[in-house]
Amino acid sequence: MTVAVPSELEFVEHTVDLVARHCLACGLSVKAVRFNLRVALSEALANAIVYGNRLDPGKQVHIAICLVGQSVQVHVRDQGEGFDPNCIPDPRSRDCIERVAGRGLFLIKELVDELEFNDRGNSLCMTLHRA
Amino acid sequence: MATTVSSTPSGVTIVAVDGQLIVANRNELKETVLTSLEAGDLKFVFDFTATGYIDSSGLGVLVSISKKIREAGGALRLAGLNEDLGMLFELTKLDTLFKICDTKETAEKGF
Repeated sequence: MTVAVPSELEFVEHTVDLVARHCLACGLSVKAVRFNLRVALSEALANAIVYGNRLDPGKQVHIAICLVGQSVQVHVRDQGEGFDPNCIPDPRSRDCIERVAGRGLFLIKELVDELEFNDRGNSLCMTLHRA
Repeated sequence: MATTVSSTPSGVTIVAVDGQLIVANRNELKETVLTSLEAGDLKFVFDFTATGYIDSSGLGVLVSISKKIREAGGALRLAGLNEDLGMLFELTKLDTLFKICDTKETAEKGF
């Protein structure tokens, strides 16, 4: 399954619903879909739209869902310059805990079983294991 | 997402959040609360009993609203978090920043 999403935040919720239904059909548990996948994908999409494509209506975010063995992989790729995921500070630290932003990538890391980025930093792959 | 605002006889403003609190709608909640704050309300309970999930933008707006309420001399309590939402606050350590109660009734009595 592949989906191309316009760079507008209003599409995030419906896209997450669509992908969640597909992942349920792929065999992910209800809890993993209801919470882990929904929050992680919502974060990945919002980051791609806002920080990757910088809300440029001429750019899209591409999502691909693949069934690989006992896992479901969700790829999210934007058309931006990319970023270094190792440069994001821990949002739980004393300096960051009261910040309004900066928790998205942390939540993705915590909620999926595996997370990988491409070298450019404009594409991520979230892996969730089937129960 | 839809928010419902009500007041209790003890002067507590209950803000019920129905649906998902996410990047696309976070400002609706902020505007709702700031309007109440400007009207003089100071004690707030956010009831998440009917909330599906909250993303990092939603968490961020809660942090922002909490600061505004504190600066105005008020107080905020969160209530009705399900297991998933409770885990979200624990993961991010925001459970150390907010007063979290099991129910809105408990939260209301805590003021």
